[in-house]
Amino acid sequence: MDAKLLVTIILYGPLIGAATAGLFGRRLGNTVSMAITTGLLMLSAVLSWVVFSQWTWGGLEAFTNTYAPFIQVGKFVSNWSFRLDGLSAVMLVVVTTVSSLVHLYSWGYMAQDDSKPRFFAYLSLFTFAMLSLISAADFMQLFFGWEGVGLASYLLIGFWYHKPTANAAAIKAFVVNRVGDFGFALGILTVFWSLGTIQFAQIFPLVSAHANDAWTFAGQSWRLMDLACALLFIGAMGKSAQFFLHTWLPDAMEGPTPVSALIHAATMVTAGVYMVCLLSPMFEYAPVAKHIVVIVGATTALFAATVGLVQNDIKRVIAYSTCSQLGYMFMAAGLGAYQASMFHLFTHAFFKALLFLGAGSVIHAMVHEQDMRRYGNLAKYLPVTFAVMTIGTIAITGLGIPGLELGFAGFYSKDSIIHAAYASGAAGDPLGYFAFVMGVFVAGLTAFYSWRVAFFTFNGHARWTSEDLEHHWHNRDHDHGHDDHGSEAQAETHAELDHDDHQGHSHGPALPHESPWTMRLPLILLSIGAIAAGYVFVEKFIGAEQHEFWRGAIYTAASNHVLAEGHPPAWTVWAPLIVSILGLLVAAYMYIWREGLGAKLAANRGPVYLFFYNKWFFDELYQVTFVRAAQWLGDLFWRGGDQKLIDGLGPDGVSALSLQVGKGAGRLETGFLYHYAFVMLLGVAAILSFALWAWNA
Amino acid sequence: MPILSLITYAPIVGVAAILALRLFGKADDPRAIEASKWIALFTTLATLALSVLLVARFSPGDKGFQFVEEMPWFAGLNYRMGVDGISVLFVLLTAFLMPICIAASWKSIEKRVLEYMIAFLILESLVIGVFCALDIVLFYIFFEFSLVPMFLIIGIWGGARRVYAAFKFFLYTLLGSVLMLAAILAMIGISHTSSIPELMAYHFSPTVQTWLWLAFFASFAVKMPMWPVHTWLPDAHVEAPTAGSVILAGILLKLGGYGFMRFSLPMFPQASHQFTPLVFALSVIAIVYTSLVAFRQVDIKKLIAYSSVAHMGFVTMGIFAGNIVGEQGALFQMLSHGVISGALFLCVGVVYDRMHTREIAFYGGLVTRMPWYAATFMLFTMGNVGLPGTSGFVGEILTMAGTYGVSTWTVIVAATGVIFSAVYALSLYRRVVFGTMTNAKLADITDLDWREVAIFAPLIAATLVLGVQPGLIMNLTQASVDHLVSAYQAAIGG
Repeated sequence: MDAKLLVTIILYGPLIGAATAGLFGRRLGNTVSMAITTGLLMLSAVLSWVVFSQWTWGGLEAFTNTYAPFIQVGKFVSNWSFRLDGLSAVMLVVVTTVSSLVHLYSWGYMAQDDSKPRFFAYLSLFTFAMLSLISAADFMQLFFGWEGVGLASYLLIGFWYHKPTANAAAIKAFVVNRVGDFGFALGILTVFWSLGTIQFAQIFPLVSAHANDAWTFAGQSWRLMDLACALLFIGAMGKSAQFFLHTWLPDAMEGPTPVSALIHAATMVTAGVYMVCLLSPMFEYAPVAKHIVVIVGATTALFAATVGLVQNDIKRVIAYSTCSQLGYMFMAAGLGAYQASMFHLFTHAFFKALLFLGAGSVIHAMVHEQDMRRYGNLAKYLPVTFAVMTIGTIAITGLGIPGLELGFAGFYSKDSIIHAAYASGAAGDPLGYFAFVMGVFVAGLTAFYSWRVAFFTFNGHARWTSEDLEHHWHNRDHDHGHDDHGSEAQAETHAELDHDDHQGHSHGPALPHESPWTMRLPLILLSIGAIAAGYVFVEKFIGAEQHEFWRGAIYTAASNHVLAEGHPPAWTVWAPLIVSILGLLVAAYMYIWREGLGAKLAANRGPVYLFFYNKWFFDELYQVTFVRAAQWLGDLFWRGGDQKLIDGLGPDGVSALSLQVGKGAGRLETGFLYHYAFVMLLGVAAILSFALWAWNA
Repeated sequence: MPILSLITYAPIVGVAAILALRLFGKADDPRAIEASKWIALFTTLATLALSVLLVARFSPGDKGFQFVEEMPWFAGLNYRMGVDGISVLFVLLTAFLMPICIAASWKSIEKRVLEYMIAFLILESLVIGVFCALDIVLFYIFFEFSLVPMFLIIGIWGGARRVYAAFKFFLYTLLGSVLMLAAILAMIGISHTSSIPELMAYHFSPTVQTWLWLAFFASFAVKMPMWPVHTWLPDAHVEAPTAGSVILAGILLKLGGYGFMRFSLPMFPQASHQFTPLVFALSVIAIVYTSLVAFRQVDIKKLIAYSSVAHMGFVTMGIFAGNIVGEQGALFQMLSHGVISGALFLCVGVVYDRMHTREIAFYGGLVTRMPWYAATFMLFTMGNVGLPGTSGFVGEILTMAGTYGVSTWTVIVAATGVIFSAVYALSLYRRVVFGTMTNAKLADITDLDWREVAIFAPLIAATLVLGVQPGLIMNLTQASVDHLVSAYQAAIGG
């Protein structure tokens, strides 16, 4: 089939699914809504792989398919379109694959929820917005997708709207992203005014000639491309939860776990990275902006890893891990190794979705308990989950054998970033060495917190009892008892669950049980990705075939050799592996061999521990600065400005006088109207007489 | 066929019919009340049909005024009507919102229903007249008289503090009008014409322009409203009945923006250019200041009213950017705001009709009983926030895009409004719709009924369709905006 037709089906299929389930879900029923959305997503995924294969092996040419105009005013011209090139082809398979697996997984995970059509509609809506983002041919469609995924994220974080924490997290995510979008919008406008277009295909050829143009404001002259790219990067920082704008991502874990896997790990949060790579023809001419990207990326990688070391909520650890890995991707992009950045984005999508969905399987088994201090010894009860989580952990910690170039997915992509950093340093950029040191050090932290999750959850002694599980079941019933209709439905599904799923629940003590096949299958498929995605695609993304693979989608300046550098010293190749193994050993020591050591250290509550545990106090800082300030200013302007100053001096002063004369409501219909009509008549009379005078004169 | 006069006075036919009911029957006869509603609905729908016909016959490529009607009036004055791409848009918006207002008042108005319907029909006639008038005296008459029905709607059918609100509304508007009247007299005196097209071609000396501009600005700034003459609006909205708020936000505020584009820019270009920094400053103050105030409100309607002021800040900013992108953005923002804020006031009306309070703290957890309402309110909240895909985005981004190169600072400050709008709009939604329903009085609250669905459906369609296909509107306005901008640029360049 024609590739243009295929991409159209890929893009609009999820939208149709979302609309169907969202508008007619109640009438169609749960199963039909779920089947339609999941079916359309699977269709999209299969077709995406067809397109990707045609791109990779079939010699498909890049194209832009334009459907309709969007905003077109003067030079501000944008269209609804689909841009297919190397970058969007990669993103297509990432987004639709993870999304379709998450749809499937949700059949099991959300089985007891009473608003399934709504959930699936949101998931599909998200997918549509994400696909619009990656396929944009101009800044406006990109912005549409950008904010569209933000909307879906907001709706899904707050999916359990009766929870105050979920609502707060949803708003926080939206607002923090808006802070990023503030910069993003200004960046777009800078490009528009200086280059006179917002179409990528028209912008890129103009960049080299205009990179050194000046943009003057506030009496300062700014180098155009650095200013534009730095502003655009603020948008990326918001969407990809980078340092300063990261605070929303951990809170976003209030959403259902499949959402965390899809949106807050594999796809949406990588949009910032994708944007920077897509705009490589601009960033290559913005050295200062690139340095900012490296510094922010490296800082985020370190910051998030340190916080992740000490968190007890399984999802929060993985969330911080995501934040940290995104830092790696930005580090690579800022150094000019866009290909490595995209490669890590690609492999990360598989193993991070796997880790999240695996965590979801654990949470499901533990009846929505997320505190790892109440886990332990679960390998025995959840063998499949244990196996896939171990695969995911090996993948993220980048275990592999450098000499043989053989390892799990993360090994190829993360090491390529670290190598690029070293190469960049060797080429004379001191930031390269900085990034290299950070990259290696954080790789050690990554290994520790990742293995900590695995050991804390699956090994050691059980820190839970059957009574805990029973207790949680009871609480769940109670939680959902807020509306009569809902709790009836709840009771039904529970009864059903006790028979089908909870074998032994009514006969013996409650025990954690492995998830249903709808959840296990996605886990197994993602494990294949986590194992093989690196090995299979390394040559295409960053190896000898990279030029053939990207075919111009990524621009690398002539002076940029970070990926082409010959042979780095052997120690730099082995360093990541060694720190990784060190991290693994420390985790094993603290959580297996000397079980309880971690808890003991935490109980000391040393200053470093508290600093990390409280997330470097960012939430507190923002609360006292921005939130309080906004409240204070709002009150000041309202009570002081509007009520006292403006009204007090203006209308209230006058009306106080007049009301004394006019007294009361009864007079209104008569008194003021007559006054008004009188003044108006005077006015009209004055105009007419004046007009007569003017004509006669 | 004098189609413009036909549209302008069509509502008067309805007025006559209701008056006949009133005169030949008993005022409190339930059948008469029922009949008056149907008459009003039918009349406004007929006016809408005529307006659609007008737009269909309008030729968008033509930059000048179309469907011009001209005849001698009295005292040497001429009766002149005509529309260009800018005014035809507002005629359509007015005709579109009016039937919705009538339907929204169906059950919520209980006293003096006949008079209420008459007031709305007269208001429609006068407002359409404002947009069609091509003679400055005729414009002034429509402009001024349109305040009377609005004043009555607030003062008679309003809430507890309606007297205060109506008076405040009156006071502010009077102040502006007196100055504008003086300016109009001076213009006629100097140019010896009252024809708007001729005045647009007339060159006033720069000093004269400055004074005329300031006088018109006083009137239009109050109407917009711009900071610091905005404080009448929240009170007027809070006290007005739902449909009154819809018209106030949807149409009457637009008289200010329309005035800037019809008078200030074309007739006093040098002065407009000279005062652009002032307008930019007031616009961004409005955006930031009222957004922060909105965030602290405890009354749903007041919050939305303040957010209206913030959104109008984008309009004035875009108008005075003086380029095509800014003007188109401002026009689109006015249209979109008319639809979205109107819809938001209707959303407030839905719960007010059921619970008779607008206090935010009274509500919470409505989504459990009112899922369709929750979805509708969410859509318009997102429109208010300016989410791409809704019409609210297009105007916001274009006004910023138009202004950025003219004054980068202005846009940097204005863009913070995009953050603030998310804060106040989403926290309002959260407190009213999300959460757990703890107030026992809400236990039996019902979801949208068929009448309410019918009211919201066209607004939903407009918000989404214009959000993805803004060209439908911009093609209509393009030629006139091009003309306006090139004349303005030529005037300030030379």
